[in-house]
Amino acid sequence: MSTHHHAKDFLFTYVFSQDHKMISKQFLVTGFLMGFLGLAMSTMFRLQLGWPGESFEVIDMFLGSWAEGGVITPDKYLALVTMHGTIMVFFLLTAGLSGTFSNLLIPLQIGARDMASGFLNMLSYWFFFVSSVIMLISLFVEGGSASAGWTIYPPLSALPQAIPGSGAGMTLWLVSMAVFIVSSLLGSLNYIVTIFNLRTKGMTFTRLPLTIWAFLLTAIIGVLSFPVLLAAALLLIFDRSFGTSFYLSDIYIGGQVLEHSGGSPILFEHLFWFLGHPEVYIVLLPALGITSEIVSTMTRKPIFGYRAMIGSMMAIAFLSFVVWGHHMFLTGMNPFLGSVFTFTTLLIAVPSAVKVFNYLTTLWKGNIIFTPATLFSVGLVSTFISGGVTGLILGNSALDINVHDTYYVVGHFHIVMGLSAIFGMFAGVYHWFPKIFGRMMNNKLGILHFWTTIICAYGVFFPMHFLGFAGVPRRYYENSAFPLFDDMVDINTFISMFAIVAFFAQLIFFFNFVYSAFRGPRAPMNPWRSNSLEWTAPVEHFHGNWYGEIPHVHRWPYDYSKLNAEGEYVYGEDFIPQTTPLGEDEKDGGEH
Amino acid sequence: MTIIIAVAIILVVIVGSQLLKIAELRAASKGELIYVMTEKESKFQGLLLFLSFFVFIGFFFWQMWAWYGLRLPVSASEHGVAIDFLSNLTYYMITPVFIVTHGVLLWFCYKYSFSPNRKALFFSHSNKLELIWTTGPSLALTVLIIMGLTSWNKIMAPIPDETDHVLIELTGQQYTWTARYAGKDKILGRSHVTLIEGVNATGVDADDSNSKDDKLVKGKFHLPVDVPVQFVFRSLDVIHSAYMPHFRVQMNCVPGLKTQFNFVPTITTKEMKKKTNNPDFEYILLCNKICGAAHYNMQMDIIVETQEEYDKWLAEQKTFIE
Repeated sequence: MSTHHHAKDFLFTYVFSQDHKMISKQFLVTGFLMGFLGLAMSTMFRLQLGWPGESFEVIDMFLGSWAEGGVITPDKYLALVTMHGTIMVFFLLTAGLSGTFSNLLIPLQIGARDMASGFLNMLSYWFFFVSSVIMLISLFVEGGSASAGWTIYPPLSALPQAIPGSGAGMTLWLVSMAVFIVSSLLGSLNYIVTIFNLRTKGMTFTRLPLTIWAFLLTAIIGVLSFPVLLAAALLLIFDRSFGTSFYLSDIYIGGQVLEHSGGSPILFEHLFWFLGHPEVYIVLLPALGITSEIVSTMTRKPIFGYRAMIGSMMAIAFLSFVVWGHHMFLTGMNPFLGSVFTFTTLLIAVPSAVKVFNYLTTLWKGNIIFTPATLFSVGLVSTFISGGVTGLILGNSALDINVHDTYYVVGHFHIVMGLSAIFGMFAGVYHWFPKIFGRMMNNKLGILHFWTTIICAYGVFFPMHFLGFAGVPRRYYENSAFPLFDDMVDINTFISMFAIVAFFAQLIFFFNFVYSAFRGPRAPMNPWRSNSLEWTAPVEHFHGNWYGEIPHVHRWPYDYSKLNAEGEYVYGEDFIPQTTPLGEDEKDGGEH
Repeated sequence: MTIIIAVAIILVVIVGSQLLKIAELRAASKGELIYVMTEKESKFQGLLLFLSFFVFIGFFFWQMWAWYGLRLPVSASEHGVAIDFLSNLTYYMITPVFIVTHGVLLWFCYKYSFSPNRKALFFSHSNKLELIWTTGPSLALTVLIIMGLTSWNKIMAPIPDETDHVLIELTGQQYTWTARYAGKDKILGRSHVTLIEGVNATGVDADDSNSKDDKLVKGKFHLPVDVPVQFVFRSLDVIHSAYMPHFRVQMNCVPGLKTQFNFVPTITTKEMKKKTNNPDFEYILLCNKICGAAHYNMQMDIIVETQEEYDKWLAEQKTFIE
């Protein structure tokens, strides 16, 4: 009887938990496992690109029939590229990042006992889990996994005659994504409802930490854009399986003319990028929110321009919906439409620049403590700049003509979106690890992880711009077919060497993560001497977050190093938790 | 071999764990908390970040020195010169921004790294500063947008009707290209996938009188120098993208849709061989939209030559009817 109870307890505490903190951990671990897989895939195809035609034992061991004799076959190279992109964008940086930190921080930072609906929240994770499993199964079906690029443009993705991966692998990809979108919608709706309804007494919108603002805007973007991808996926399923012609027309392949007529693949591109571009910000905004919070705490200064930060995030969120056409300048769409998209796209540089300058001003005259979280936040500001400026080339339709779909694009988006988002995620994990696992991570390993990662990341992605200058197209299995690209071998080898080291650098992180989760030193309640509400909750986890009453909030979260008229800290410390009532002559929101 | 590696990994993990435990205990015995960054440690990271600025910018210039020379040669088309100009202008704007913001970021990291004797400045907002860095980028962007759109509209404008030009249809299919010249009547005959049969691999309509003098070319196609070329793009199966990097030309080929691009080639292949100091130089057309397993090898050479050479070559090509 008692063992039965025990098993039941275990099941509902660790598996079918409705506690947002446990669900957050589930997202984190699943996201990281998927991310590790995506990383491993990229390392494999980097081996191939760096040393074309050479046989690698490790490739032979892990890829089996995808790489006869240790050399990846051309169509399976595309399968790897596709799965790497899909996993990184959706599974690691959407579900893994948003799922982890929205779940962990929304209730804790707004002062709620849990999400508005614990049950939907649990479903959100389990849909994500099922979606991950389906995506993994798709690696093992006949013909291999989806191979049409993560953007799965039809007709390539619609016709198994065009590439083997467009058979069962593609079907599973679409099913997996449909389930994934359900998960994302359940999560996002929950986040929005929770933030609007469950804020504790005194937690007005202008007292919300920027993390919460970022998660809120992310959730809103997700709710508005993911359904469009679902529609696109469903129509593609119809085209593939039921003979409709939404995307297909006038096709001659494998020696026969298909009966599809009247559709247009351009429709798919529009639907896809209507999600696809906002998706960039679904990935980025949480990372920016996390960084804002960490930079402020670790510089012991209020974040500079709190309202401007919110305003710029809102502007970015809005603009993200009207720029998708910049992925399609060269699809033959009306040049006037291209002009409009150029205008809106370049406009995004303004709020982005505001954010960068606000970060810089926050650091100015701060008192910066360099934990691994701070380092990764600085890394994010760096990648956001380095990747952001090249966006001015790509977003300008006239200039896009010659760099579109080259390695220039690969370098650009990996830096501005991939690196920024993953750096934000790493920063968040280092910073909130004590909140997630009640233990501390090791700083020295964290610092080692940061330096190896950022050096290798730039070593991998910066040179790609130069491949782009030379006109090297992306998604090429090898460049040997063109004498024009013969000189590029050295760059590719250079990139691949950094990629291999980057892979091993992540093992440092995984070791630190697992070790610290089980054996790290126990965390105090507020290790970073931070203001926000999550640090007033007890270290040990229990459903409900706070013993007794939920704390009330009396001030914004960024009262760091606030001085009184005598030039002393107002309450004797360089931080004032949000729960401290305002003094008589004290003003809120950064006013003296 | 696999077993040895597995054992080695396990050993490394065990040793690593023990080392971490020892470090923690040693700190505890001194009354320190291992996870608190000391002033010295923070200072050191600040210093490293500052030094990394020089390494990073050094890396940037080293790459310029080592690889910038590998970039595409001077544009061989009229509009490409405009693209390169605007491109360079943008780089002159963003490179200083990239360097200066990094300098400021990493200098602050060093200058303001933690010291218990200093208090951070409580500075939470300034409308003046926000205004400066909203209007600054806005002005720069206005310039880029105006110049960009002017070029874009010029590039995308159709060739005026009365201008003498060459009309070529490029058809992509897994994994080859076919060029079709409009012939004497300067009109391309109709074509459709349902008409594909035997040697008529792109489905040209033989009943259309405009088709009769059309000329189909594979492997290599020729262009006259200094004459506008109107390209029409088709695809028979999946989406391809016709990319001619030396001319700064790219356009997708979409099944069921005809797309187009026109430009004026300005440098002959012979001249380009001299300019690039490379006797093997060839202009190329390549596929730049993922289209299947052999996507990486879907190409066609382009020869740009004088009008006389071009006329001679074209006359040698067989018409569709022949």
